Amino acid sequence: MSRLQVVSGKGGTGKTTVAAALALALATEGKRTLLVEVEGRQGIAQLFETEALPYEERKIAVAPGGGEVYALAIDPELALLDYLQMFYKLGGAGRALKKLGAIDFATTIAPGLRDVLLTGKACEAVRRKDKAGRFAYDYVVMDAPPTGRITRFLNVNDEVAGLAKIGPIHNQAQAVMRVLKSPETAVHLVTLLEEMPVQETADGIAELRAAKLPVGRIIVNMVRPEVLDAEDLELVRGVPRSSVARSLSAAGLGGARRGGNAEKLVAPLLQQAEEYAERYALEHEQRAVLAEQGLPLHELPLHAEGMDLAGLYELATELREQGLS
Amino acid sequence: MSPEPAHAQDTARRLSPARVLGVDPLLDDPATRIVVCCGSGGVGKTTTAAALGLRAAERGRKVVVLTIDPARRLAQSMGIDSLDNTPRRVKGVDGDGELHAMMLDMKRTFDEIVEAHADGERAAAILNNPFYQSLSAGFAGTQEYMAMEKLGQLRARDEWDLIVVDTPPSRSALDFLDAPKRLGSFLDGRLIRLLTAPAKLGGRAGMKFLNVGMSMMTGTLGKLLGGQLLKDVQTFVAAMDTTFGGFRTRADATYRLLQAPGTAFLVVAAPERDALREAAYFVQRLAAEDMPLAGLVLNRVHGSGAARLSAERALAAAENLVEPRIVDQDGGKAGLRNSPDTYGSSDSPAPESPAGESSGPPASGTGSPGPDQEDEGAQGVEQLTAGLLRLHAERMQLLSREQRTRDRFTALHPEVAVAEVAALPGDVHDLAGLRDIGDRLAANRPELPEAAVD
Repeated sequence: MSRLQVVSGKGGTGKTTVAAALALALATEGKRTLLVEVEGRQGIAQLFETEALPYEERKIAVAPGGGEVYALAIDPELALLDYLQMFYKLGGAGRALKKLGAIDFATTIAPGLRDVLLTGKACEAVRRKDKAGRFAYDYVVMDAPPTGRITRFLNVNDEVAGLAKIGPIHNQAQAVMRVLKSPETAVHLVTLLEEMPVQETADGIAELRAAKLPVGRIIVNMVRPEVLDAEDLELVRGVPRSSVARSLSAAGLGGARRGGNAEKLVAPLLQQAEEYAERYALEHEQRAVLAEQGLPLHELPLHAEGMDLAGLYELATELREQGLS
Repeated sequence: MSPEPAHAQDTARRLSPARVLGVDPLLDDPATRIVVCCGSGGVGKTTTAAALGLRAAERGRKVVVLTIDPARRLAQSMGIDSLDNTPRRVKGVDGDGELHAMMLDMKRTFDEIVEAHADGERAAAILNNPFYQSLSAGFAGTQEYMAMEKLGQLRARDEWDLIVVDTPPSRSALDFLDAPKRLGSFLDGRLIRLLTAPAKLGGRAGMKFLNVGMSMMTGTLGKLLGGQLLKDVQTFVAAMDTTFGGFRTRADATYRLLQAPGTAFLVVAAPERDALREAAYFVQRLAAEDMPLAGLVLNRVHGSGAARLSAERALAAAENLVEPRIVDQDGGKAGLRNSPDTYGSSDSPAPESPAGESSGPPASGTGSPGPDQEDEGAQGVEQLTAGLLRLHAERMQLLSREQRTRDRFTALHPEVAVAEVAALPGDVHDLAGLRDIGDRLAANRPELPEAAVD
């Protein structure tokens, strides 16, 4: 199992939720995982119902079974200051740079610099060991940028190539790429069973593969329960309305006769079944597209009431049962 | 003897929106010149923009739709799948109006600004500048900036009487208001001026201290970014500056265009917690910026033709149908014994159905198929009916969730007019689909037609 698990996905597919659930799932007994956020949205804090995360690793949850989940929201500005401090011993001048807007300026005109700082911090956590020589974290899970930007984000070498051919930035990029392109890393893509996210997932996988970045799994999120199966839907097409009316009546929903309460329900219920059938067919098509990618495919159920902490733990259990940890 | 408790219908429609957004009056009004569709990603903004454009055109206006990042099939349906950055007339539009559509190419738009404002040699120098190239292709905010720039251009051409514009799929819906300013102030900013004019700065005695800091800073940045990149930035900004006015001036001009009378903002959302939270945020922001909000378009609202049947009752009824089978394997009569009232009514076949088809449980042994087969058929129908009821229960739960989130929004913003658009089961990929969305937008009724009782 790769120690750096990168989770990407189209916006709105719930990649932060899946990343958080994965961090919980991987924190089995005695293990420690670090959940990393790179986009400054404080999505992790929201999910775990805590106050905004500082730029500092802190314990955020105990996983089912006793493992620990730490979280870190990487702030590129502070990461750059850290970095300048480390290599150039700037001291107070670093703060002056920040005040002048130079840090913002630097990360803005060179987005690759920002990315190498973010991925660099995550890779550092992956490689960090304690005094006993044990890894500080068994797994690092990254809530990464969306599918459309993930390859550029991870392929930092190309991004900073034009900017730094030698020197610390260059060395950092090299070190980051060694981790990212190794089996130590797996990039997972979260999608929904809808046309656009699936298309974007397929495109994203092709891009990642072209850049020789290791693609992990496809995680289909928010899968709706199957209420009617293919056989039922076949039956819907031919069923006499009168017998449905009688069934409804038998269930205690009023008269089956024309104009009776049960009979009046038949048309709208069949209409809903037709809509369901259309969606069912669409989802079937999208599943087929995903299956063609030749990657392990996992499905997580929809939490209709919205995601909360309890739901997150349920998803983590689900991921464990599906063998993701 | 209605089986539904009297309050069932009331709970479904307890709160109605404070105001209903009339889409047609907005589109028909000749004073409406620009409609901006904004909202968070994944709520159907682009489709809404396209549907509004088509509807306005078919109601007689000369319309151009500016889309940012349409789904492939939606773009194909309008014939704009080629990226040439100019409006193309859409074929197949009914009526006297015209519909033109285009897809934004941000790099090209940026190039065009440069070409339009600089002479050949200077333009070439800018276009070939490496910093310009990365800025125009990927700078955070460039897409938003260029979308606004293109809007300004289309408006200036004055060839259309209505422009419908989609906004970029930003991380936050607010990015499209902020990014142009951010890009503008970044390029016009203090730091970049300091970097591009160090000599001027050195001449002033009072700035000496700062100047020491500056050279240290340029040094550090140079080390970090590579001296070449910094030099590229400096030459680029200098070239841009001398050829045409500052970026901020341009950004400000588009900004004023958005505040002008004739512009109408539509906030697009889906009836989901996060999307509506973002929508509420956007509504407040538009008000703070004096941007004219026309209303909220609530996409993908579900309805039910059987809204009188509550989720709880549907589930209970489904259990009635399925449960007896688990304890009692003898067939379809078990369910009926529970409801002697309805026995009589289900015994007499519905008028439109020939007697032979009535393979319902009470009629056992009267039809041609053997009793076993028939029983199986009846069981199949009951299973299916139970499934239909569970599906309905799911729909009703969804409905009340949507209602709750929407009511929360209307409670916070009773002044915002709302247009609800009934959900479609699939994606839209042709004009007929867009027309259908347009009808739903204007009809503003999420309910499915009630079961026809002729």
